[in-house]
Amino acid sequence: MRFGVVIFPASNCDRDCVHVLRAVLGQEVEEVWYEERSLDGLDAVVLPGGFAYGDYLRAGAVAARAPVMTAVRAFAQVGGAVLGICNGFQILLEAGLLPGAMLRNAVLRFRCTTVHVRVESTQTPFTRTLREGHVLQMPIAHGEGNYFAPGSLLSTIEEAGQVVFRYCDADGRVTSDANPNGSVRNVAGVCNPAGNVVGLMPHPERASEEVLGSRDGRLLFESVITTVIARREAPKQSRLYEIATGLRPSQQGRSPRPFGARDD
Amino acid sequence: MTTIRIIVTLKPGVLDAQGQAVQQGLRALGYESVGGVRVGKCIELAVPDEMPPETLDAMCERFLANPLIEEWRVERDEDGEEKSRSRVPAFPRSREVR
Repeated sequence: MRFGVVIFPASNCDRDCVHVLRAVLGQEVEEVWYEERSLDGLDAVVLPGGFAYGDYLRAGAVAARAPVMTAVRAFAQVGGAVLGICNGFQILLEAGLLPGAMLRNAVLRFRCTTVHVRVESTQTPFTRTLREGHVLQMPIAHGEGNYFAPGSLLSTIEEAGQVVFRYCDADGRVTSDANPNGSVRNVAGVCNPAGNVVGLMPHPERASEEVLGSRDGRLLFESVITTVIARREAPKQSRLYEIATGLRPSQQGRSPRPFGARDD
Repeated sequence: MTTIRIIVTLKPGVLDAQGQAVQQGLRALGYESVGGVRVGKCIELAVPDEMPPETLDAMCERFLANPLIEEWRVERDEDGEEKSRSRVPAFPRSREVR
């Protein structure tokens, strides 16, 4: 599978993402410069963390208008898997590819610590092989990670199942003590209505090797690899195809269910 | 060319952690009667005189502000001396602070 990792001026987690995808997970990785106008040939794209354009104006605001974002938008529109991590999440929000906005942390501090998040939706390629309620341990490092959406938008997001991760304690309880930055309803990550674009503040690429204290972040990358490859290659009767597409054998006359589709 | 000043602030009710931190700083200096601080930003643009207000508004809505969390007001340079200083009414907002 072929990943693209986008590099903006002042991205600083791009090498970490490339390392995990290439060296740890054995995938092909293309480093995509922010002036690129095409993402042809890629199966998934990662917008890494950092402080793109110095976070000038607002975090992610200038990067969201960089040339490569036109390509990312087109890639997302045709169902390509896009993951925004930390600053990458902020960029996706500013680009309007994800709903909501980021405020400064309510605690008046830059938070650099380890958190737990609970998987709230498995209807995205990055969580498809996980289960709802799965608790993941990952680090955070941000000053503006206080997720905010005005009331009506928040209701829409909740009802559509677009909250993908919530901050929780080690046992999976969503409490205010477990909320590191004041995010509304402990939201740590969201997706677009189709589910193929996901953003989260924690850093899965910093939690993908045992030596770094946690391997939980690797599950997100493994999920998208499984999902994309299965959609492309797995025999239609296999369990793998079923997991990746959400289609049981009895339903396999139909086309794969779009990400984000929910059981009634 | 004329100078346009755009003042961007967080909408009322949106948490302003930066403002809170500044208020703590004022308190530390002994200004304990300050009841609230909101921090925004000021963006000065040099634009052609004939630029219509709708264009300036579009700039704010599309880029200079994030309409989900921020509001803005546009001030035009009235003195005509191109000193890059708009004539701003003194303390336009302070009267709202009770």
